[in-house]
Amino acid sequence: MEQLTSTYPPRCPFWILLSCALLLWACSPSEKNPNVTKEEIVDRHLDVLYWQAPSTLNPYLSGGTKDMEAASMIIEPLAHFDENGQIVPTLAQEIPSFENGGLSEDHMSITWKLLPNVTWSDSTPFTAEDVKFTADYCMNDEMGCNALVEFQDIDEIVVIDELTVQLRFKKPKPHPFDAFVGSNNPILQKAQFENCTGLRAQECTEQNFGPIGTGPFKIVEFRANDVATYVANENYRESDKPYFQTATIKGGGDAASAARAVLATGEYDYAWNLQVEPEILTQMSQAGYGEIVTGYGSQIERLMLNFTNANSALDLDKRSVYMDGNNPHPFITDFNVRKALSLAIDRNMLVEHGYGAGGAPACNVVPAPLRFRSPNNDSCTESNVELANQLLDEAGWIRGDDGVREKDGVKLSILFQTSTNTVRQGTQALIKQMWSAIGVETELRNIDGAVFFGGDPASPDTLQKFYSDVEMYTNAFLGNDPESYLANFTCDQITSPKNDWLGTNVNRACTPEYDKIVTELSITADPQKREELAILLNDTVIQNYWLIPLIHRASLSARLYSLGGVRMNGWDSELWNVADWYRIEANVFIFKEAEVSN
Amino acid sequence: MLRYFSRRLAFAVPTLLAISLVLFVLLDLAPNDPTGQLPLTIPPEVREQIRDSLGLDDPIYVRYVKWLHQFFVNEPINLIEQAFGVEIGNSEERLRVRSWATRSPVVELIAERLPQTLWVVGLSYLIGILIALPVGVITAYKQYSWIDQLGTFVSMVGFSVPTFFTGLLAIIIFSVTLSWLPSIYDTTHEVTDLSSFWYQIKQILMPVLVLSLYNAAQLSRYMRASVLENLNQDYVRTARVKGLRERAILFFHVFRNSMLPVITMIALGVPTIFSGAIITEQVFRVNGLGQLLIVAIQGADIPLVQTLTFLFAVLIVLFNLIADILYGLVDPRIKYE
Repeated sequence: MEQLTSTYPPRCPFWILLSCALLLWACSPSEKNPNVTKEEIVDRHLDVLYWQAPSTLNPYLSGGTKDMEAASMIIEPLAHFDENGQIVPTLAQEIPSFENGGLSEDHMSITWKLLPNVTWSDSTPFTAEDVKFTADYCMNDEMGCNALVEFQDIDEIVVIDELTVQLRFKKPKPHPFDAFVGSNNPILQKAQFENCTGLRAQECTEQNFGPIGTGPFKIVEFRANDVATYVANENYRESDKPYFQTATIKGGGDAASAARAVLATGEYDYAWNLQVEPEILTQMSQAGYGEIVTGYGSQIERLMLNFTNANSALDLDKRSVYMDGNNPHPFITDFNVRKALSLAIDRNMLVEHGYGAGGAPACNVVPAPLRFRSPNNDSCTESNVELANQLLDEAGWIRGDDGVREKDGVKLSILFQTSTNTVRQGTQALIKQMWSAIGVETELRNIDGAVFFGGDPASPDTLQKFYSDVEMYTNAFLGNDPESYLANFTCDQITSPKNDWLGTNVNRACTPEYDKIVTELSITADPQKREELAILLNDTVIQNYWLIPLIHRASLSARLYSLGGVRMNGWDSELWNVADWYRIEANVFIFKEAEVSN
Repeated sequence: MLRYFSRRLAFAVPTLLAISLVLFVLLDLAPNDPTGQLPLTIPPEVREQIRDSLGLDDPIYVRYVKWLHQFFVNEPINLIEQAFGVEIGNSEERLRVRSWATRSPVVELIAERLPQTLWVVGLSYLIGILIALPVGVITAYKQYSWIDQLGTFVSMVGFSVPTFFTGLLAIIIFSVTLSWLPSIYDTTHEVTDLSSFWYQIKQILMPVLVLSLYNAAQLSRYMRASVLENLNQDYVRTARVKGLRERAILFFHVFRNSMLPVITMIALGVPTIFSGAIITEQVFRVNGLGQLLIVAIQGADIPLVQTLTFLFAVLIVLFNLIADILYGLVDPRIKYE
């Protein structure tokens, strides 16, 4: 063996040379920061990161927020919601009102006047025909349009002249700003989509992936679930905008790595939807490249309390079935229990651990806009374990040997479900702890989001079936008016086998009085009266503890310090004003080099 | 040989049909729903309409037969049409396998993803083999020396540390701390000149190396075991007695014989290139076939999942066959009946 080893090793093989070369290259100090070189070349290029990659650019056919936002750089609605939830004109000359004659006195129609001299990116004129076409396109029954709810009260759309279009309603509609307001129902070009109506809508891949729009950008290449490449629309109505020449929206990965690409490495200008543990974001922000931006809309993370008996021992024809209120939950129907459950929760702690800048303690089901926000429930931000314990004692719920309260053989033992998501599981664990302090035992369960939110009537794990005692998720309302959202809690919306579990009242609490106020709200036009009624409805839900609001959630994104013009919006697409975004010349990389040389 | 080949191919058809049926039933039993990712502001009636428009209300056997027809008849016709620029029948009306999330033909999505997956995962497989073979030979030849210990240690690390950890580690070191390499793979990047080629190397380096380490770790162990077994064979002793140079023994005799089982391993591993490296693709945002599959699973995009997993099954069956044939080609002792 001695002799053998002496003839060995042979000459350095190719692979060793290769790895040596790679190592040398990697260690060479002269190598410049790749970001800087990229930045120099593409100074007027906007790099946006959507970790949930856009699947299509036709928002009527997918409806995920990601798709709607990616499309909002190209196609526009008649009006947007601004960052305060106010309606501002986009393709309309003005917002219709009684004063300018846009709204009829009987609330049966709304008339939009369109901006003159607007052209599509292919230079053809934008007219009222396009608006009418878009409504007809979505209202086609065979299509499966997901913005249908915004159009469902429309009887017909009348083109009055080239720049005037009237929406006529089936019934009086005091709040007529659903259709064509906000980025989820933008105007499509009639000439492009004419042959794509009904069932054919699905087959028009070329159109769905490349809509012609009036917006600041047009699409160059769209790769579904991967990347969208844009170039500035030279026919945009404001000739000096957009300030960026080109843009990309890159998808894939997860929220934490998206945050890293902006905050820690500065590779991207903007990253969308970063629900990541707050301490991670804070740590990343310290690199000095960028900051977190937040926009509050109407999103409320809430605990739904099941008013029907969800005991898993019950037969399926009884479990969680409303039966006109004759299948009550053994303890959640007790007002004191519900109140105690709410009192025991320290919302500030939930915010601190799970949400940081992305949330605030919530005491209302309608948290915004300001004029609809009830001032009557703000005390909930202070938890009060003592009072909660006292309430339960007085109601006859006595602690057993194991520390769990019980009455007449019924234990305060809760099955608590939500979707799978690290922040939600963290919140679940905290709430479990808080409830144990008042003698309530909690079993936690999490379900994959595609199942929990899927609403498949065949699955036992949907939030609509609600086969547990408490469940947690976020809901919000479309637009800036809570009317249809508050109507979610009426008796006829109760989910049950009768309606195939289709409905919006999933906790199955309702009263005839509440239903009456909902009806009144739907026929009230006076703004002040609407506010009063909405607040009254909100207070009914909250003060009866039909649900327990936890967090007012913000949309949470990140921008580089060198990206200017961002007006973070919780009511509309975050890219709603992308035409105004610009590069701040004080380059962040110069700043970083200076720091190193010190 | 030819008879063996055609018999195996004939057997593959019922196997694949059975696989497709199992896949279809399994996916149908899965509880997630394509409307699950829509915002809650979309009411249940509208969701029901969306489900209808996707054809979800048809009974399962109808959907299965539809898929079979679309996949085995319509899509091949479409491929032929595209390849030769002809029109066969009414191509406007022909139903294609469409993804529910994008509403675009699944085949086009897959074609779009293939390049980056082949580049990143294929290259890493190749580099993995190039590293594994010499490492396997050397560590076996110098059994229990420090180089063997090192090789064993590195391959154990490479094999047991998951790529989402090594990938993240690489990003933290090379992107965050040192700012040398981009942490996000740009799939639209086109190589046109030297500097764009340089950028392509930089962006591909981290995912390829992370995956190579993993691939090399596994293969080098097989190679080492195979070489060790051969080194103790009589023919090696005979060669030495004949006075052959040690290098000739190692590289012409032992290496070739040791390659026999390893070639099979390499051929069997090829389908994994196509199925992508799901986790590594997510970490570096390579967005290849692996990412396409995982997004489809999360979004309950059943036609896409069904088609992708079925194509993977086809590849696995195919490469099993190829491995068997290769084995016969490199080892003349094996005869096919």
